[in-house]
Formats: sequence, structure tokens, C-alpha cells
Amino acid sequence: MKHTVSVLVQNKPGVLARTAGLFSRRGYNIESLTVGVTENEAVSRMTIVVTGDDTVVEQVTKQLNKLIEVIKVSDLTKESYVNRELVLIKVTADSSNRAEIMQIVNIFRARIVDVAPKSLIIEVTGDEGKLDALIGMLKQFGIKEIVRTGTLALGRGPKVIQSGKD
Amino acid sequence: MNLSGAKALLKSLEYEHVDTIFGIPGGVVIPIYDELFNQDAITHYLVRHEQAAAHAADGYARATGKVGVCMATSGPGATNLVTGIATAYMDSVPLVALTGQVTTDLIGNDAFQEANITGITLPITKHSYLIHEASEIPQTIKEAFHIASTGRPGPVLIDIPKDVQTTSARFEYPKKVHLPGYQPTYEGHPGQIKRAAKAINEAHRPVIYVGGGAKISGASEEVRALAETIVAPVTMTLMGMGTLPAEHPLSLGMLGMHGTKYANYAVTESDLIIAIGARFDDRVTGKIASFAPNAKIIHIDIDPAEIGKNVRVDIPIVGDVKRVLQKLIPLLKDTRTKEWMEKVQTWKREYPLEFGETGLKPQYIVREISRLCPDAVVCTEVGQHQMWAAQYFSHRHPRNFISSGGLGTMGYGFPASIGAKIGRPEETVFDLAGDGSFTMNCQELATAVAYDVQVKVAIFNNGYLGMVRQWQELFYDRRYSQTKLSEINFVKLAGAFGAHGIRVDSPSEVAPAIEEALVVPKPVIIDFRIEPEECVFPMVPAGAALNEIIDAKNGRV
Repeated sequence: MKHTVSVLVQNKPGVLARTAGLFSRRGYNIESLTVGVTENEAVSRMTIVVTGDDTVVEQVTKQLNKLIEVIKVSDLTKESYVNRELVLIKVTADSSNRAEIMQIVNIFRARIVDVAPKSLIIEVTGDEGKLDALIGMLKQFGIKEIVRTGTLALGRGPKVIQSGKD
Repeated sequence: MNLSGAKALLKSLEYEHVDTIFGIPGGVVIPIYDELFNQDAITHYLVRHEQAAAHAADGYARATGKVGVCMATSGPGATNLVTGIATAYMDSVPLVALTGQVTTDLIGNDAFQEANITGITLPITKHSYLIHEASEIPQTIKEAFHIASTGRPGPVLIDIPKDVQTTSARFEYPKKVHLPGYQPTYEGHPGQIKRAAKAINEAHRPVIYVGGGAKISGASEEVRALAETIVAPVTMTLMGMGTLPAEHPLSLGMLGMHGTKYANYAVTESDLIIAIGARFDDRVTGKIASFAPNAKIIHIDIDPAEIGKNVRVDIPIVGDVKRVLQKLIPLLKDTRTKEWMEKVQTWKREYPLEFGETGLKPQYIVREISRLCPDAVVCTEVGQHQMWAAQYFSHRHPRNFISSGGLGTMGYGFPASIGAKIGRPEETVFDLAGDGSFTMNCQELATAVAYDVQVKVAIFNNGYLGMVRQWQELFYDRRYSQTKLSEINFVKLAGAFGAHGIRVDSPSEVAPAIEEALVVPKPVIIDFRIEPEECVFPMVPAGAALNEIIDAKNGRV
């Protein structure tokens, strides 16, 4: 099963290597990892999607917590949360099928961010299901390149994951 | 007050009450060594290989409970520390490793003697630092010692570029640390302690299983009180030996692969395992599915990540074991273990540790050392002799058995014994060694002689990498691939370094040789020419259940 884990870390050099390294050396599979600074500059937030049963995720959480620079770890999968990913897709397109592609893009509330005589770049955000569906629809035209940000997630409602007094 | 980085480092170490460092100088740490030259608060011991610096600091830490400190230059100096750091990490030893680094402008350029040591040691340190500015030094040292010595202890590495050592910065030693992500739990959850008490009061066949955490926490008295209150047998891991004295009637000695039969039978038949500062290592549990199959498990440990890692736990308690036991013991009643204890005592009588009579037996030698210096600090290398030392020495004190348990580092014991002797100079320190292991760090004879550190080394010389040979004998049809070692004259080797050497070929020479070693005011090597093909029994083959034990009688699988 997939778990989306949110990790607040001190924004220090080496912290990404320390965190990512932990996954590989303990044999956990990362599906995606994103990182960026939070509302507090001294703190970064990582969103890590990891596959494994509950025991694996429990170990991941505990091992992450052991890292000195990790302030807080929470498994968002345990509650209701919003997750989003941004994907850029370069599709083969010319005058014969551009209109059809634009129609699909509109249905998915995606955007075209670059047009060239033989290609288009489509930008789309959403959860995994939506992105997979769009990519599925675009395959028929020929996908040349895809780049994805990895999942970002926040728990729903007023509850927040705080870094403490820092 | 402005100080150079090198001065600030030494000043900070003084604030942390460091008086002993093991190390070797090199290009990028000369500024630090230059400052060492000008002071006398810290004694630096020059070793002959950086690995030994880390092991000596580790032995010093285990023997004294203080933080051990070692130092090396960049590149090869730092990479030579790696085995020592990994050893300390696996056994939760508080260690601070200081390494020099090339100047900050050269980092990342593959400069001369550059190695990314913080990267290399990432998985084997509790934490590490690469210092960028001299002003960071006091805070970093403060944090490093705090992290190394609190919670579950472990090694911390601090990498200090040469230009940082020579730049001046304001020096003010911080009073406290600010680590929002590091708050170890010391107090056990009261509700969990109550649940544990209930389970213990209801148990009929409890077994107390004690690991190294009990020593680290200083919980020997509490473990004894727990055992005596509920009248339950106590078995210890290699790291836990000495927590309860071996002669104590409730002691079952060691469990696991080379544990006593009675300890392994007791664990297998138990209905409640009380695990204290232990981590259910594969060498302890054997086949996990058959480990204590009918038992509830209470697991007390300061590291939450150890709970549920290897076995399912019914009642976890995260906290310092000493404090948890102090809260737990008053809730306990005298349980109904009479029948159980009778059964355990029967096993103890029926399946004692035993060995043959012919030739020079290693087990006999260990018993003689134990008889002649029962309060000695015993360090070991890794292999057969290590297991004989665990089995046959009558361990009395928790910090007197020093052995690389988790990593199993051959070459550990001798430098560790030097560190232990420096930490506790009044006491007799023995390194029990194999001929293979001892040769891995025998250059440290030079260190022992130079500083007159009078450790006594007992080499169990069988001319083999004995434990591997034993596996080859038992499981590989006696194909002794690359395990026969060539002859070394250890008496001459001792002499070459200025130590004293004794050779022993027969049982009658054992006691006189030990007595001689104890009175000769020098480091001493005793070369015991033991039965070359003696095996360590009992033995639970890797992956087998704890009650599937082979011994000398049913042996030879």
C-alpha cells in the first residue's frame, strides 16, 4: 500500500542526503520525494510517498524520527488529505490533431504552455488518478517527454503539522 | 574573546571534560596538533593506525561510561576511522570522531587527501557535522557531545576544514543546545508500565532478556531487583553480559547462537519475555517464527525504532530502562514461578556448559583467567575466543566485558583494551584474542609500550580463522578454504615491540603463565597454543530455532 508521509526537517545542508539515504540503506522504496521550504524559512517540508505495509511504514517513520534534523513526521494517509502533483507532458501534435488535443486538455482542466509546429507542452496538476487518465488519453498522439514533480500533500481541515517554537 | 578554530576546538573539548584523545596527526590537522602541543589539559595518545584510535576511544567509552574521542586527518586518516565508527554505532557507544578536512575552497575538487567523510559515514553515525565557519565550533561541539551521550548513545563525526582551524572567531561556550528534532524519551508511559506489571504478575514462566541497553543505562541493580522480586531467570546477550553476575542463581548466562542450552530452552518455553535494552538481533533470536512462540513480549527500550523492528511486541515501553524499571518494580508481586524455576534449574543441571579433557582447551584457559583475575576488564576480538570468553568467564561487573557485538569487528579488542586500561588504569585489563584477530591490529603493541599501558593479551592460537573454520567443518564438509593461517612467533613479535611474550603449550603451564603476565610490569602477550580444531558449542545453526541446538556430542551435523 502507498503511504504519503510528511516530514518537517531543519533547513540545513545535507539533510536531504541524510533522509533519502535512509530509505535506500534500509531497503524502503520511495515512489516520490519532494522538498521545499515552509512558512518558516528555517524549516523545510518533505513529502515522501513510500510503498509498503503498515510495519514498513512504521519503521520508516521511526527511523526518520531518529534523524537529528527531522523535527516531525506524520503519515497523512491515516487521515483525510489533499495531494497534488504537477506534470509537464510534451506531445506530438500538428495542425491535424491540435484541436482534438486541446479539447482533451480542456476537459482535464489542464493548460497548454508551449506550442510548436510539431509539438505541444501540456501542464496539468491533480492527483494520481487524474494525471494517469490524462496521460492515457494523450498516448495515442505520441508522448515525447514527461516530467513530474512528485506528490505534494497537506492534511485537510484546520489541523497543522507544526515545527514547534522554531 | 577571539580564538582560532583550533584553539576554540580544544577549549570546547575542555568544557566537555575531555582529557583523553586517541589519534594520528596529518596534513590538515596540524593546526589542531599545534594547539595540543601548547596545553596540558588533554592527553593525546598517538596510535599507529586510525582504526585503532576509534577502537581505543570506543573501549575507553565502554569502560568508563564517558564519551570517547578520536581524531584523524582528512582522506585516508578519516576513512581508516570508518570501521571503528561503525563498530561504535552498532553497539551504541558514545564516541566523537574529529576529522580534518581540506580547506573549504577545495572541498569537492578531489583535492589531495580529500574524502567526503560525512557522506561516507552517513549510515554509521548518529549524526555528523561539516563545519563551515570557526564561529560554529563551540555550538557544534556542545551539540555533538550531547547527541553522542544521551538517548541511545552513538558516534558523532565532526569534519573540520583546515582553514576553519586557522580562522579566528568569537568564542563563547553555549550553555545549552537547541535541537528541536532531538528529544529522547526517558520516562516510560505510566499506562504501559501498568500493563507490563499486570502481564508480569499473571505470568507463570517469565524470562528476563537483557541487552547492552541495561549497561548503558546503569540498570544492573534494577535488573537484579526485578529478577529477585518476581523470581525469574535472567539471560543476557553478548552486550549484556555482567549485568547480572554469572554466579547469581537466577543467571542463565548468554542466549542465542552460542548461548547456553538452558537459556535457549527457557526462552522457547517461556510465556512472558521481558526484554530490557535489547534488540532481538538475529544471533539472539534464531529463526524468528520459532522465537518464544508462546510468550507475550514486553519490550523496554529507549529507541522507539527498535520496538517491533524484528519481533511483534505486545507491550512496548519507550524509555530509559533504569527509570522504567524503577517505576515498574514496586507494582510487582511475587509471582507463581516455583514450578518454572524448578524446571529451569533442572535444565541447568542437565545441560551445563562442558568441554573435553584432551590437549590445551580454550575453555579451560578462560576459566583459569576468570579464576585468577575475576575482576579484570575483559576485552575480546571476534570469533571463537569471543564466544568462549562470553561463555566461560564468570562475568561479575557490567562494564567489565567489552566486545564488538553488533558489527563483529576483528581487530577491535586489542586497541579497545588499550583505551579501557587508560580509562581505568588501576584495573587489570585482558584482551582475549584469536591469532587471526590479533594480527589485524597488532601494530598497537607500539602504542601500548610507548605509553606503558600494561594490557595483557591472551591469544587463543589455533592457526585458523577459527569461527569460519568451524562453519566450514560443520556446514561445508570440511573444505577449509582460506582459513589456515601461517605460523607467527608471537613471543618474538612481543619482544620486537618491547612487550613481554610467553608461550604456553600445555594445561599445566596455563596458570603460571597468567600469574607471570599479571606481575610483569609491561604489556604482555600469552600465546596459548590451543587445540586447533576445537569448536564453540552449544551452537544454534544460522536460521534454526533456538531449541535446535548442536553440541559436541550430537555435533558434526
